[in-house]
Amino acid sequence: MDQPSNYAVSQRPVPLWRDERVLRGAAQIVSALAVLGLLAWGLTNVLRAADQRGLGLSFGFLEQSAGFPISETPIAYDPSMSFARAFWVGILNTLKVIIVGVLLATGLGTAVGLARLSTNWLLSRIALVYIEAHRNIPLLVLLFIWYRGVLTNRLPDVTNSLRWPGPTYLSQRGIYMPWPSLTETGMPFAISIVLAIVLAIVAFRWLRRVRERTGRPTYFGGVAAAILILLPALGWLLSGGQPLLWDIPILSGFNFEGGARVTPEFTALLIGLVMYTAAFIAEVVRAGIQAVDRGQLEAARAIGLDAAQVLGLVILPQAMRVIIPPLISQYLNLTKNSSLAFFIGYPDLFSVGRIMINQAGRAVPVFAMIMAAYLVMTLVTSFVLNVYNRRIQLIER
Amino acid sequence: MDLSTHDQLPPAPPAFLAWVRQNLFRTWYDSLLTIVSCVVVYLALSGAIRWVFTTADWSPITQNMTLFLVGQYPRDELWRLGIAVGLVSFFLGLSWGLWSGVMRSFALTLIGFYLFLALLPGTSLAAGIRLFLGLNAGLVVLSYWLARRWPPPSNYLLAGWIVSAIVGFFLLRGHAALPALERVEINLWGGLIVTAILAIGGILISFPFGVLLALGRRSTLPVVSAFSTAFIELIRGVPLISILFLFSLIVPLFLPANMRFDRMLRALVGMIVFSAAYTAENVRGGLQAIPSGQYEAAYAIGLRNLQITLLIVLPQALRKVIPAIVGQFISLFKDTTLASGVAVLEILSIGRSVLQGNPEYIGLQAEVFVFVAAIFWIFSYSMSVSSRRIETQLGVGQS
Repeated sequence: MDQPSNYAVSQRPVPLWRDERVLRGAAQIVSALAVLGLLAWGLTNVLRAADQRGLGLSFGFLEQSAGFPISETPIAYDPSMSFARAFWVGILNTLKVIIVGVLLATGLGTAVGLARLSTNWLLSRIALVYIEAHRNIPLLVLLFIWYRGVLTNRLPDVTNSLRWPGPTYLSQRGIYMPWPSLTETGMPFAISIVLAIVLAIVAFRWLRRVRERTGRPTYFGGVAAAILILLPALGWLLSGGQPLLWDIPILSGFNFEGGARVTPEFTALLIGLVMYTAAFIAEVVRAGIQAVDRGQLEAARAIGLDAAQVLGLVILPQAMRVIIPPLISQYLNLTKNSSLAFFIGYPDLFSVGRIMINQAGRAVPVFAMIMAAYLVMTLVTSFVLNVYNRRIQLIER
Repeated sequence: MDLSTHDQLPPAPPAFLAWVRQNLFRTWYDSLLTIVSCVVVYLALSGAIRWVFTTADWSPITQNMTLFLVGQYPRDELWRLGIAVGLVSFFLGLSWGLWSGVMRSFALTLIGFYLFLALLPGTSLAAGIRLFLGLNAGLVVLSYWLARRWPPPSNYLLAGWIVSAIVGFFLLRGHAALPALERVEINLWGGLIVTAILAIGGILISFPFGVLLALGRRSTLPVVSAFSTAFIELIRGVPLISILFLFSLIVPLFLPANMRFDRMLRALVGMIVFSAAYTAENVRGGLQAIPSGQYEAAYAIGLRNLQITLLIVLPQALRKVIPAIVGQFISLFKDTTLASGVAVLEILSIGRSVLQGNPEYIGLQAEVFVFVAAIFWIFSYSMSVSSRRIETQLGVGQS
């Protein structure tokens, strides 16, 4: 502060307490000290408490055997495996419910949002009732209604399972259904399916571009459909007509054996999350479509597009720009709300973390891991979707 | 459509029929949709009505109504709660009189709720409590009339709300030095009052912090802005339940051994921290909507930074974000249910403990949770109606 400010008219230096640079610097130092001081104070307290109770802050315990069972494991797991493995199972369970939930909620939400805009008065009212019913009830209460009120309460017990078409059974224990597994010769079939999907997409996009550029009919839809049917059929023949082995649930005693089981916990969480989030997505979709200028619709009709083309080629691409940003925050909400699994006993990241805190006695490190896992999931989701959003917005001009 | 009106009002039936054709049977698939919807609505409605009035057994709720409303609050001390409720009724009536459009739906909902509790037969509520609740419905109407007759200045009314919130909390809590108001342990509080305290306390106390964080995030001081941004994004990136656990399990570890708070207060702190981050983002939206000409004009007339913020920017920005704050309040109100995860006896955990403690209620889970859902629905729906009215009154989006 030795040199006077360049713009000062008088020769006297500005006093320290009026010099903006000093004040700004001081404010930052003070705030930094306050925040860091608070953190340091807390940390010394926790270290002192940790010393007294023998609760370390290290992550070494992750290698130890977890010693608790998990009711749903997408990967192999048993209590003798490590805490790290248990945590990973929790993360996978959370990802499972998020991915399925986002897909279903987007579909249902779009349907309800379109129904809300329908010219059919009754349909629009039904959509409104659905939206208002779900937006004004806490998700946790919805989850309890579904889990405790319906799925584990109103359904018959295992021996009196409701039988759906085919060997699929619905009871208090959840849904049991047949599940395919590949036979020894089934590999060509599996490969052919993956190949068919990839080729169909490539062919569809390429042929459509040719059509858009040259105006020649390229039958892109038909070609893609043909690839989707013919390639798997070829794979079916190559694998000797017997590519899949169906694992069928059979009632033995008081439980089913074989097949795949969808637990009531997962079902309740999925139903609750999907129906709740769909109500919000419906409002997002409705607002997005209403934001498209009416003239666009009239112009599209005037050049002779049919209803599906108006919606798909004119309205939705423009509505998407308005829809995507709030849709991102709905996806993030669904991600965070999946932690309510804890209340109904679905072993997601948060529930497994809670058990780990009790089991390992390491509250602080486990909690840091839980928070970090959610942060990574939300940050990655919002990053990916924001990139997509930017691409969509660029098409505009 | 009966024939007499048909004769008197010839244009009416064609208009009605035209409306039906236009809105229900425009095309063949529209007709199909209408018929299918009619069947669905009929099945859903008749099923729901039959369940609510005949199949369902509401005894877990009616027998424990007092528990659902006030938890284990000592029954001899309920008069204190009564005064607090009376204060709310009084100020709500005044607010309804002063800002009629905005408050109407919520005030009417509360009157309906009082009357429902007062008149519902077969509940565990004592006759005195029923009378009191009925009188409260009258009090709302009376103070509405008072405010229409002699409108109070709105600043006084706001101050009255804040003072009555503090007085109400003090009444409920009591103080060791006062023999008439002995201390009531917070872990005895429960039910709807705890839900209300968590929601109202959460939004009110978080508000100033949220404003500071928003100003901090937009600050030109890099350190302040970085800390504010980090805090906001950290809180918004994790679920509320993890924040509640953080404050009920982890933060006590970071405090010295002699600093211990009650469960409900820890949950309240968690709600405040959570809500502050979201308030900050709402307020930031309002701040960004202030045109830079406002700042330049304020500099030009020689105001200092603090004066510009307090006198020019915040009054305009906060006005713009009122609807967003109301929306946030509604979701915070719903989010109070998560406090049941950290053993706070708000209304949902009362429901769960009623089911758990009484074997005779086995199989009545749906009734209890539907009741809790209904409570949340009527209050948050009426608040969302209010918030839409605020939007039209403030002319948000029309500028």
